[in-house]
Amino acid sequence: MTPPVSAFSELLLVVSYMVGKDRIIFATKEDHETPSSAELVADDPDDPYEEQGLILPNGDINWNCPCLGGMASGPCGEQFKSAFSCFHYSTEEIKGSDCVDQFRAMQECMQKYPDLYPQEDENEEKEKSSKDLEATPMEASAAKEEKGSS
Amino acid sequence: RQKSNLLQRWNVPIKLQMSRQVASSGVPGGRGDSSVFVLIVGLSTLGAGAYVSRKVASDDILYSLGLGHLPCCVCSKLSNLSPAAPGARPEVPSHVPFLLIGGGTAAFAAARSIRARDPGARVLIVSEDPALPYMRPPLSKELWFSDDPNVTETLRFKQWNGKERSIYFQPPSFYVPVRDLPFVENGGVAVLCGKKVVHMDVRGNIVKLSDGTQISYDKCLIATGGSPRNLPAIERAGKDVQQRLTLFRKIEDFKSLEKISREVKSITIIGGGFLGSELACALGRRARTRGLEVIQLFPENGNMGKVLPEYLSNWTTEKVRREGVNVMPNAVVKSVSVCGNRLMIKLKDGRKVETDHIVAAVGLEPNVELAKSAGLEVDSDFGGFRVNAELQARSNIWVAGDAACFYDIKLGRRRVEHHDHAVVSGRLAGENMTGAAKPYWHQSMFWSDLGPNVGYEAIGLVDSSLPTVGVFAKATAKDTPKSATEQSGTGIRSESETEAEASEVHISPSFSPMPQVPKQGEDYGKGVIFYLRDKVVVGIVLWNIFNRMPIARKIIKDGEEHDDLNEVAKLFNIHEE
Repeated sequence: MTPPVSAFSELLLVVSYMVGKDRIIFATKEDHETPSSAELVADDPDDPYEEQGLILPNGDINWNCPCLGGMASGPCGEQFKSAFSCFHYSTEEIKGSDCVDQFRAMQECMQKYPDLYPQEDENEEKEKSSKDLEATPMEASAAKEEKGSS
Repeated sequence: RQKSNLLQRWNVPIKLQMSRQVASSGVPGGRGDSSVFVLIVGLSTLGAGAYVSRKVASDDILYSLGLGHLPCCVCSKLSNLSPAAPGARPEVPSHVPFLLIGGGTAAFAAARSIRARDPGARVLIVSEDPALPYMRPPLSKELWFSDDPNVTETLRFKQWNGKERSIYFQPPSFYVPVRDLPFVENGGVAVLCGKKVVHMDVRGNIVKLSDGTQISYDKCLIATGGSPRNLPAIERAGKDVQQRLTLFRKIEDFKSLEKISREVKSITIIGGGFLGSELACALGRRARTRGLEVIQLFPENGNMGKVLPEYLSNWTTEKVRREGVNVMPNAVVKSVSVCGNRLMIKLKDGRKVETDHIVAAVGLEPNVELAKSAGLEVDSDFGGFRVNAELQARSNIWVAGDAACFYDIKLGRRRVEHHDHAVVSGRLAGENMTGAAKPYWHQSMFWSDLGPNVGYEAIGLVDSSLPTVGVFAKATAKDTPKSATEQSGTGIRSESETEAEASEVHISPSFSPMPQVPKQGEDYGKGVIFYLRDKVVVGIVLWNIFNRMPIARKIIKDGEEHDDLNEVAKLFNIHEE
């Protein structure tokens, strides 16, 4: 159950000892820079036991995606789903151009609940929209880590 | 504006790549924010302002951006929100399609899940608590570190990024008035509060409330949570002692303890687990500024003695002491009595502790009273309602959260009392109540901060009785919870991605950090601890390293045997600056 003591040549990089049933290892940066020999099971893209993102493998929208927060479940949930579905499946040249009615209905609904769906000022909104389109530091680091893991 | 112009601005860049990592609960902030940037622009031709939503994993971010004052989230006010209803509408519907018993985190997560999956679903939450659904972790953490003198009223706290949020998952306007639930066009979630379900007829699919009201249902979730345990020594002690006791669990306990902490000279916390240690650290901070004496006593050898291996538990205890707490391990309470105007705690080893107020944090008793009338099985090993891997107790009845003893297909039968588990299990129950038939496979996580310099996240079976292998590197100043949030720039160190508004936001107390005293070979600054069953890793603690939960989750999910855990530890990049 306990891992073998490191080979002599590595003793300088890794210190390992037992305290009762618990093993304690102090590892240097140099030791951990060598590639890991631990084997991970390959990810299965069809794994039913993986969290799904916003779009399911069959192309449907996952309304239960945490990324949507409460948008699909709140008082304007139906309007949101209707508008977003329409947009998602829209094959118009300008995607979503056939969904104006649904978006309008959603807008109208959201205006009734200002504390749930705060309305932005138009000038502010222009600024924000350009920021949103850029990758944020969060996204960049997340993307980096994605490459690193699995 | 031209129509085409508007539509060009409809940009929905969706991070499909995130599908692996998205929605795993508890991945801290910068890392797995599962951002979906949805730019929805209203039609200016209607004269309406444009609405832009930048969703960072939660509409609750919108809520937290909400400016101005929000109405107090007192449940009883909801019934006054609907206009004078026609005489015909009963106050409480006689039938609801989805009935959720309990108004906490698991119930809220289930409600959201049901609404997302079943268009127009009508969901009724029946809660004993007078408050709308809220999250508990801030009650023993962030709320104590708030600078706002009105925090006990607002129950809001500031995140590192300056944005505030409330402990309530949603404001009152999110919910539908109870009497309107059967009639409102697109369904919704209604909360009937201050009522207890006292009887359940499982064959007739009807429950009875404390006031005699009967409600029938199609599908039912039991999410009754638990009640704080008390020490027999204190229960025996009589009213005078009980009046100086807090069993900490709810908003009112937070309010009352906060007030008491300003009035008394000495508070003793009994219990050395998560809640006890967090409260001790929170109160310890006040000890510095207000001369409050904070004592913490418990039977184990050190703080978190049932969770962390002994060497780490000892190290943690020292840290808690540095937060200003007089920690007394190996202390078993024999009796408590009133002595003059103070309390006298007598320990079994003869020591005596004089104090003004006691907080008991000695565990949670799952609320399983309904088992009798419902004919549901209660688990004798773990307590709680016994359910299968799909959280189902019987046809049409599911259980989630603290009260659920369920079968984890990876780790076996268990019962978990953490926030993220309530979110994950509530969500799963909601999915299964709408036909998903999925087992519990997604590992929930938990975390704790004990002061600005010690923070950890954990996943799986983290039981100190298991053999462990801990791999450590030397800590630098960059590896504390405080710096982790500052670096990621979001202030959200640990966020349950499954329900970000149900997520916890971390703030470490903002007083100056303790100087690091590295001792060669004994400085457990940062690292990863593996908990083993045979050679398989069943639990992982990420010690002062953050944003690594996905790899931890992966290792547990794989369930592989590993001969050399130092090799596995390499995957965590513990030395990364």
